[in-house]
This record gives sequence, structure tokens and C-alpha cells, in this order.
Amino acid sequence: MTVEPKLYQVDTFAVGNRLLDPAQRSEQARADRSNAITSGHRACQGCGEVLGARYVLDAAMRATGGNMVAANATGCLEVFSTPYPETSWQLPWLHSLFGNAPAVASGMAAALRAQGRSDTRVVAQAGDGGTVDIGFGCLSGMFERNDDVLFVCYDNEGYMNTGVQRSGATPPAARTANTKALGPEPGNAFGQGKFVPLIAMAHEIPYVATATVADLRDLEAKVETAMGMSGARYLHVLVPCPLGWGSASEDTIKVARLARETGIFPVFEAERGRITAVSKIRRWQPVEEYLRIQRRYAHLFGEPRRDDIVARIQAQADHNIDRFGLLDDDPGYEQDQE
Amino acid sequence: MPVRSQIEGSQAVARAVARCRPQVVAAYPISPQTHIVESLADLVRTGELDPCEYLMVESELGAMSACIGSSAMGSRTYTATASQGLLFMAEALFNASGLGLPIVMTVANRAIGAPINIWNDHSDSMSMRDSGWVQLFASSNQEAVDLHVQAFRLAERLSLPVMVCMDGFVLTHAVEQVDVPEQDEVDAFLPPFTPRQQLDPAQPVSIGAMVGPEAFTEVKYLMHARQMQALDEIPRIAADFEAAFGRPAGGLVRPYRTDDAETVVVALGSQVGTIEVVVDQLRDEGHPVGLLDVTCFRPWPRDEVRRALAGAANVVVLEKAFAVGAGGIVGQNTRLALAGTPTVVHDVVAGLGGRPVTAAAVRGLLDDVLAGRVDPHRLHFLGLRTDLVDGQLRRDAASVPGPHAESMLREAGVIGSGSH
Ligand SMILES: Cc1ncc(C[n+]2csc(CCOP(=O)(O)OP(=O)(O)O)c2C)c(N)n1
Ligand code: SF4
Ligand SMILES: [Mg+2]
Repeated sequence: MTVEPKLYQVDTFAVGNRLLDPAQRSEQARADRSNAITSGHRACQGCGEVLGARYVLDAAMRATGGNMVAANATGCLEVFSTPYPETSWQLPWLHSLFGNAPAVASGMAAALRAQGRSDTRVVAQAGDGGTVDIGFGCLSGMFERNDDVLFVCYDNEGYMNTGVQRSGATPPAARTANTKALGPEPGNAFGQGKFVPLIAMAHEIPYVATATVADLRDLEAKVETAMGMSGARYLHVLVPCPLGWGSASEDTIKVARLARETGIFPVFEAERGRITAVSKIRRWQPVEEYLRIQRRYAHLFGEPRRDDIVARIQAQADHNIDRFGLLDDDPGYEQDQE
Repeated sequence: MPVRSQIEGSQAVARAVARCRPQVVAAYPISPQTHIVESLADLVRTGELDPCEYLMVESELGAMSACIGSSAMGSRTYTATASQGLLFMAEALFNASGLGLPIVMTVANRAIGAPINIWNDHSDSMSMRDSGWVQLFASSNQEAVDLHVQAFRLAERLSLPVMVCMDGFVLTHAVEQVDVPEQDEVDAFLPPFTPRQQLDPAQPVSIGAMVGPEAFTEVKYLMHARQMQALDEIPRIAADFEAAFGRPAGGLVRPYRTDDAETVVVALGSQVGTIEVVVDQLRDEGHPVGLLDVTCFRPWPRDEVRRALAGAANVVVLEKAFAVGAGGIVGQNTRLALAGTPTVVHDVVAGLGGRPVTAAAVRGLLDDVLAGRVDPHRLHFLGLRTDLVDGQLRRDAASVPGPHAESMLREAGVIGSGSH
């Protein structure tokens, strides 16, 4: 976003579209947007994943002039979008399996190269399970070969489609269906899990970025940047899941924003393995603000309170802030009133 | 005229595949398939096969998945694998057939571990017999070459995937005379790929949507119906092939001296050559014996098998795989074909993990069958080393611990001191 956000709505920092130059407005503000995933799907109310997918795909459709195809892994996004005999997809779309979307996309890109159709582009998408766990071998292969694919991971930090089980992207202490709040170490274990954007960077692919559904223009801009490049590109989008996280469906954006403002989820861009831009925290918040509004962490605030665990999560956020430089010494803006 | 040259089976298949002009090849190496895919990589590199994208994927799941993406994108697509690799693809195999994608794959047949074993049998292909792929078995390298050319035409005509099975090492690594069809001949036989379904931004479709109980049966029924259509299509393609290339190849089954035969051997793959020799011997000695070479195992050509076997008193199914805990696989299918006839079917497992199926062994088996010494109610293992298994069964009964493969090798004196 290049316009100084002097005016913003309370609590959101979002500049009203009508205040922006038309060229900078969200794709969703255009009457001729593609509606790549159209209404009628069966996502839960407040689903961050479908919101993210809508913004990503419409931005990619704009960037490619509608000349693109999508490969989709099994997961909520696939299941809620194609209940027989309906489909929400307004673009050529293929669902194959849970763990192979990156390779399916590689095959699509290879076919397009062989047909001499460099104008048609390939986007692949999966949940965190399909990306960081079962699809990881195929993903790393796709990166390593630098196939011309934008891979988008919608990270809701668990296997939501199968009823909210732990994935390699589930954060410590979070309650899932198989990491319940039982025993002395309630919820998901500390010292496990992986942050795949950094692993993607280690492949030195042209572009890696993270984003959240709290900053949808930022998300769109990253898609645009990615589609302006060729080779393997990776976009990791944090998408709160009201059902799995136990957050209110109207709080999806707020939860995503708190993930960024606490430092829990670092938002940045990287090219060829080097970080090129970091979204600074605008108004720092302690992790408790983030944790308290999600029932998956309710066991930290019951009787007895587990301040020790909250402190460990805070330490992780602090580590991210330090590692990615998320807090400027001078934030350059005034804190506003709630 | 094609030049008959001395060539390794894998090289011949790679060249034949290249002349079918696949636009995408995605493969992962595994013995004994390696020479095929290495050779294709060479042909792409030198520009002999162009345009073609050769994807060196990270696994067989990746290979088949890339084939799915490529085929759905409208490109003619090929891969090859064997054994553990075929199993590693299993999920994507069912997906490719469920989506009706006309991918062609060579399976260089090899045993499945444990114990790990790189040599030939048919356990790999047989384990995927219900995956919805057409399965054609080559009896020679010439037939392997010819089946690949036919496979692309079949796959694309019906929009379903086809597996060409050729015995690992026995065929893939054998150097012999093979006619590799010339480019112009293949071009005349195999029209360019016109996909039935395709991902196209101009006409967006959703492929691979979820289907619930309300229509799942119907989707599966249609898969079956398409395979049944292949039973008509395969002989047509074989006839066209013979007209174009001047030699017979393919088809559903190939009866050999089955007219008036009282005993018929049923077999798949390279062992049929050996069995033909034994059949000739026995015929020379006055025994009415024949052979049924099953080229197409999936779809199962029930009527053709029945027609070829129904007159026989005894059928001996010699197969390089079996259903552990149940019995013969081809045997079960053969019984299905012979339902209601008095023909007796013997299941004989042979050639597992590369054990040679020799003419002498087949002759001994048939002598036993002709003399009524083979009990048709028991699964028979050709050339089973009863000394080894009996010893192990005794140890098992006595609860002696340890891995049985190693214990048997010890007893055989292959490893250790031999004392136990
Ligand atoms: C090979 C295989 N294993 C397991 C499953 C069951 N399964 C389907 S979706 C899913 C979880 C999806 O999680 P994720 O990728 O994070 O997507 P989400 O539903 O959370 O958006 C699982 C475990 C499957 N379909 N295939
Ligand atoms: S379970 Fe979560 S990810 Fe799935 S549709 Fe509901 S809100 Fe979206
Ligand atoms: Mg998930």
C-alpha cells in the first residue's frame, strides 16, 4: 500500500477503499472481479480460509488476465467448495489428493511448457496439513526444480477438515482433538512444529511471503508480486478457523491481526532466500490478548491459570520480534483510542 | 521398412515411447525400470524427442501426480516404475483412473518386499489390479514395444490409463532383435492427443470434485463400463496394428495350440515363451496340451478366456504372484470365467522374486498334472524348497525367536556357520 494511511477505521488500520486511488483499490472493489470462488460454498461462518482464497485467487486472476489454472489439495477448501453436484470455482480447477497438490501443479506447468503456452499460469493451494506435512516432499521437489508454480498455503494451524487434529503447523499449547488440554502439559507440545516459509526460503526460490487475512490489500499485493515473477513461489497465509480455534466468527480478522501485532506470526517477504520486507507491528500487544479470544487456549486461563505457559508463548513471540525486526524503535505513528 | 536390430528391451521401449511423442514424462528411478527412463532422458536432451518436458520428480507419488496434472492439462503423458515405486504411487493410481486420465505407464515387473528383492515377478502389477488401470502384459520385447504404441491409442480413445507390464530384467535387460517402429509409422497409427476433458481457462471446469452417496455408485459404474468398452476396443486396435505393421501384437488373449487341448496352461508375461516350448514337446509326445497367453488382464476378458478354456478338462494357471492367505489371483479370475463348467483349475505359483521358471520345471509340473499327482484343492508352489520351510515351521511351532528369512538362510548355509 503506497498511500499513507492517515485515515483509518477504528481498530482495523484499513483505509476505506473510496479514499484510495482506483488503481490501488482492492480487487474485491471492482465490479469485474473474477469471483474465482463464488458464493454458495459450505465454509463455516467467518472462515478465514475461504476469505484468504477469495482474495488470493481474484488477485491472481487479475494478474494473469484470467489465464490460469488451479490445483487443490484435499481439505476444507476443497470439500466446502465442491459438494456434488455444485462447484464454487469459476476457474479451471483440479483436485487430486491430499498430499500431492505441488506435484500436480508441477505437471500442469510442464504440460504448459511443452505446449508452448507460457501465458497460462499455475496456482496450487492447500491447507497447512497438505503443505507442511503430507505434501511436503512434493512441495520441496517443486521448489527445488523451480517449477513455475505459485503455491499458496492457507494455514489454519491444524487438520480442520477431519475435525481439528494437530498438524506440524499447530502452535504449542493449542488444544486440538488429539492434543487435548489434558495432563500436566495441556495442548500441543512445545519444541515441535515447523515454520515452512523459512524452509521454503532455504530452497532459494524466487519469492516467499507470509500474510494474514487481517491485511487483505497486503495479501493481494503479494499475490500480484508473485504472479509478476516466474519459477517456484510460496505464499503462506495465516487464516483463522473459528471452528477449530474456538474464536467468534466475527473475530476472524481481529484474531489474524493480533497474530501479527503480538509477533506470533511474522509477516514478511523474501527473494532468493533473503528477507526483503517485513511488516512492522503497528501497536504491540501481549500474546495474552491473542490467546484469550480463542477457546483452544482456554485451559491457560482457567483454574489454575497457566501463566508459566503464557510466558513461554510470549517468549516465542519476543523471539520472532527480535529475529524478524518486527518492532521499530520509532513506530512512526500514534497509538489511537479503542 | 523398420530395421530389426539387436537392442535392449528397455532401450527399445524408450524409443517406441518417444515415437509416440509424449509431451510430458515424469519419472522416478527404480530397478529394473531405470534404463527406460534414462534412455528417455537422453532422447529429450538430444532433442530427438521434442517437444517434451522431462520432470525428475522427488518420488513416485510425485511422478504419478505430475502425470495427473499434465494429462488434465491436455498433454500426452508417460511414466514408468516398478515394485515399491508402484506401491508408492498407489493413491495417485486410483486417482488417475477415477479422473479418467489417459496416462500410459510401463511397469517393469518386480517383486515387492519384505524381504526386499529386485528381481522379477508380478506382485507389483497384481497388487494394483483393481486400481482401474488397464493392464497389458508383454510376453516378449517385441510385444512390449508394440503394446506401448497400442496403449496410447487405447488410453486416449477411451480416456483411461493403461499400464504396460513387462518382466523386469527378463525383458527389460534382455538384448535381442526388436523392430522399433519408425516415426512415420507411429504417426500414421497414433493420432495426436485430443483430450476428452481438459483444464482450459476459456472453458473452466472443476475436475475431481467431491461426490457423495447420491452419485458415487454411478461414477464407479461408468468407470467399469469404460473398462468393458476396452474389451471391444483392444482387439480392434490390435487388428489395426497388425494391418499397419504387418505383425500380430496385443489383443486380449492369445491361445496357443488350445484346439482340442485337454490340459491348458494359463500364463502372463515372458514365461509364455518357455511354456510354448514345453507344450510343443508334449504335443510331439502325443499329449493334447495347450497354452493361453493372457495379454490383457484388466479388464478381465472373461468370455475369451472361457471360450479358449471351456473344452479343457484341466487348466493349470501358472502365475508369478498370489494372494497371500487366499491363493492364485489369475486362478481366481480363471475360475470366474469357467463358472458352471466341469473344468478343473490348478493354481500354481512360480517364479517369485526372480526364481527362473525353467522348461524342465514346467515339464515336471505338467507331467504331474497329467498323471493326476497335483491336488487342485491346494495352492501349489513350483519348486518350493520344502527343506527350508519345514525347518522354519518347526522352529515357529517351538517358538524359536528371530526373523524367519534370516533363519532360513542360516539353515541353507548361505550366512553364518550353518549351525543353529
Ligand atoms: C492420504 C490421506 N490421508 C488422510 C486424509 C484425511 N484428510 C483429509 S483432509 C485432512 C486434513 C486437512 O488439513 P489441512 O491440509 O490443514 O486443511 P484444512 O482442512 O485445515 O483447511 C486429512 C487429514 C486424506 N484425505 N488422505
Ligand atoms: S472448519 Fe475452519 S477452515 Fe474449515 S470451513 Fe470451518 S472455519 Fe473454515
Ligand atoms: Mg489446516
